[in-house]
Amino acid sequence: MGKHGKKQETSTHIISALVLNNPGVLQRIAGLFSRRGYNISSITVGTTETPNMARMTIVVKGDDKILEQVVKQLNKLIEVIKVSDLDVNKCVKRELCLIKIHTPDESSKSQVIQYTNVFRGKIVDISHESLTVEITGSSDKIDAFIDLVRTFGIKEMARTGLTALMRGSKVLKPRK
Amino acid sequence: MRGAEAFIKALEYEGVKVIFGYPGGALLPFYDALYDSDLIHILTRHEQGAAHAADGYARASGKVGVCVGTSGPGATNLVTGVATAYADSSPVIAITGQVPTRLIGNDAFQEIDALGIFMPIVKHNFQIRRSKDIPATVRAAFEIAKTGRPGPVHIDLPKDVQEEEFDIESNPIPAKVDLPGYKPTLKGHPKQIKMAAKAIMAAERPVIIAGGGVNISNATEELLKLAELCGIPVCTTLMGKGSFPEDHPLSLGMVGMHGTKPANYAVSECDLLIAIGCRFSDRITGDISSFAPYAKIIHIDIDPAEIGKNIDVDIPIVGDAKLVLKDIIACLLKSCGTDGKGLNNQNREGWLRYLESLKRSNIPKMDYEDIPIKPQRIVKELMNVIQELKLKDRFIVTTDVGQNQMWMAHYFKVHLPRTFISSGGLGTMGFGLPAAIGAKIARPESKVVCVTGDGGFMMNIQELATIADYGIPVVICIFDNRTLGMVYQWQNLFYGGRQCNVTFGESPDFVKVAKGYGIEAQRVTDPKDIKEVLREALLSDEPYLIDFVIDPSEGLPMVPPGGKLKNIIEPVRAPPRERIPSFQEIKRKLLGETREKGLSKDGPQEMGTPVERETY
Repeated sequence: MGKHGKKQETSTHIISALVLNNPGVLQRIAGLFSRRGYNISSITVGTTETPNMARMTIVVKGDDKILEQVVKQLNKLIEVIKVSDLDVNKCVKRELCLIKIHTPDESSKSQVIQYTNVFRGKIVDISHESLTVEITGSSDKIDAFIDLVRTFGIKEMARTGLTALMRGSKVLKPRK
Repeated sequence: MRGAEAFIKALEYEGVKVIFGYPGGALLPFYDALYDSDLIHILTRHEQGAAHAADGYARASGKVGVCVGTSGPGATNLVTGVATAYADSSPVIAITGQVPTRLIGNDAFQEIDALGIFMPIVKHNFQIRRSKDIPATVRAAFEIAKTGRPGPVHIDLPKDVQEEEFDIESNPIPAKVDLPGYKPTLKGHPKQIKMAAKAIMAAERPVIIAGGGVNISNATEELLKLAELCGIPVCTTLMGKGSFPEDHPLSLGMVGMHGTKPANYAVSECDLLIAIGCRFSDRITGDISSFAPYAKIIHIDIDPAEIGKNIDVDIPIVGDAKLVLKDIIACLLKSCGTDGKGLNNQNREGWLRYLESLKRSNIPKMDYEDIPIKPQRIVKELMNVIQELKLKDRFIVTTDVGQNQMWMAHYFKVHLPRTFISSGGLGTMGFGLPAAIGAKIARPESKVVCVTGDGGFMMNIQELATIADYGIPVVICIFDNRTLGMVYQWQNLFYGGRQCNVTFGESPDFVKVAKGYGIEAQRVTDPKDIKEVLREALLSDEPYLIDFVIDPSEGLPMVPPGGKLKNIIEPVRAPPRERIPSFQEIKRKLLGETREKGLSKDGPQEMGTPVERETY
C-alpha cells in the first residue's frame, strides 16, 4: 500500500450549517449527499434568529477524510453561509420523539406514566387504547426509553433527528 | 419595461455580445425582446449544439458564454452541454424558459423541473419568480459563473415573469451583488507559499503538472517563469494543454492514461510534484496508491474541495494559480537574490539529462506512408501547414472525444492557452463541432479546426446547417475509421477482442452530406494529399470538411485504467471484424426463427443446426 488512500476510522459527526432560507436549498444539500455517496444518519432544518437563514443539523458517519470532503463540498454551495463540524463533547444535543404506546388497561397506562416521569417526558395525548408520550434528550436516552416501552407495543413513533448548538458563547457566524 | 427586456438589458450590462440558442413557446417574450436588441443570436439546430457552442465560446475567449433553450425538452437538451461545461469549469450561463408560475407543478405542456435537473450539474442555479428580481439575479449569475473556480450557472425564467411589467428605475442593475456564502480565496496563504518555495529549492527531481486551472487563471506567463527560473520540467493534463509551450525544452507533454512516456516516468520518479490547477482525476493518476510514490506534493487549486479529494498532499495552497505562482516566484527570488542564481539546483542536472534522454528516445513516429492513412500523419501535416501558413498565434483546434481526441492530445503540440478546446471531464462525444462554432465566434480572426471522429461528428452533425447558414468558416477534419475507436481499442485490449457494437457501415458519405448542406468537402485517402487539402481548407474563407479515411486498426498506447503510470501498453492491432446484421436477420430473430438462419456472434450457422445452450 502506498501513501495515498489509507483506510481511516469511521465515527459519527454532527455538522451544523447556516444556509440561506431559499426554496430548493434542502434539495441542493440532500442532493449533494446522495450524489457523493455520503451517509446521512439524520438531518434537521429550522429557522434561526435571522429571518432569511435556516440552520441544518446533519449527522454523518464517516472517516476524517470523508468528513473533510463533506464540509468542503457544503462550503462550495452558494447558499451555504457557514459550516462547522461540531465537537461532539462540546455541544448541546437534543432530539425529540413522539411515541404512541399500546395501553389497553389501567395498569399498563400507569406503568407507562411512571416510566415517562422517570425519563422526564410528557404525556401529550391519551385514549382508551393508547398513550402518546413526548420525550426529549440525547439519542441514547430516547433509545433507552423506546427499549423500555417496546414490551407494551409501540403503535407509532416519530423522531426528529438530532439538533445541536455549540456550548458557551461561541456562535456560527457568516464570514465577513 | 417587461421582464424579458430587463433580462436582455442585464445581459448587455454584463458585456454579452452573442448568445447561442433555440426558441420555443416558453421563450416567446424573450425572443420578442431580442427583436429590438443588438445582441447577436446564433440559431443552432439543437439545444445541445447551443450549449457546446457557448462553452466553446467561453473556453476560447475566457468570457462567459450564454445559451438559451425553451422549457421542457429545450431544457433537457441543454443538459449534456451544461454538464460538459461543469466538468471542465467553463463559465456558461444557461437560460431556460419555463411555464408560467401559476402552472408550475401542474405538469403543464413542456413543463419540467429544470431547477432540479440542473442542480447537480451547475455551480448554482436560480428560478426567477418575480420580474423585479431579474437585474440582481443576472448580476449574481455572472459573478458566480466567472469568478473563483468558474462554472455554469442556470437561470430558469417562467414565461409570465418575462411578460410581467416592472419598474427598472426602482430595481436597477446593482453594481455589486451580495452573496454572503460565496467568497473564493484568491491569495495563497503566505506560510504555505514559503513552505512551497523551500520545497522547490530543496528538490532534486521536481516536476510540474499544469492543469486547466493554469489556462483559466491566465497563469501561463508565471508558469513559464517558474519553470525556467528553477529548471523544472512541465507536463500537463488534457485541460492544461496550452498552458506551457509544448516545443519548449522543459515540456514533457501530457501525463496520464494517454500520456507520454517522459511525462509518466517523470511523475512516477520525481521527489517533488507541483500540481497547479489540476484535480488529480483518475485519468491522470491511474493507481492512486502508486502515484508519485517518492514525491512530496504541492497542490495549488482555487477550489479547496479539490485538495485532498483524490490524493493526499503535503503542501496545499488554496488560491488563484496566477497569484500563487507570482507569490512563489517572489519568495524564491527573495531567498536567492533577484538574479535567481542558485535556484537551478546543481543536483538537478542528472534529472534533467535523464528526462531529456527519455524524450529523445521516445519521439513518436508520425511520417507514415500507409494507406489507409495513419492518424499520426494527419496530425503531423496539420502542424506543418500551421507553421508554413504562419498560423501559430491565430489557430484554435477543437476536438471531439475518443481516439481522435487522444491522438491530438498526444501528438499535436500546443503553444498557447485557450487554443486546444476539448471535453475532458465529462468526455462528451458530439462536443467538437458545435464547440468550433463557439470558438470561431469568440475569435473570428483565428483559424478554427475541428478534429473529430465519425462517431462524435454524427452526434451533432445537424450543426453543419448552422455553419452553412451563417457561413462560419471552420475546417472540419474527420478521422474516419467507421469505428467507435476507443471502445473498440478497449474491447480488443481488455475484453479478448470481443468487438460488440463498435462498427459503423459505409453510410453516410460525409462528402455528399457536407455538400448537401452546401459545404465544400473533400475525401482524402492518400497520405500524399493530406497537406495540400489542409492548405486549401485553411486558406479558404468558407466552411470546409475533410473526410480522412484512416486505418481502423490504429490505436493508442495507454495505461490500463487503475494501472501504474509507468505501465504503458501498446494497443492490439486487431482488424475490425464485427458484422452488422441486416434488418431481415433481426426480424427473423425477433420472430423466433433464429434456429433456421442463425444470428450468432460466430457468424451465420448452418441451416437447421440447433443452438446449444444450457438452461438453468
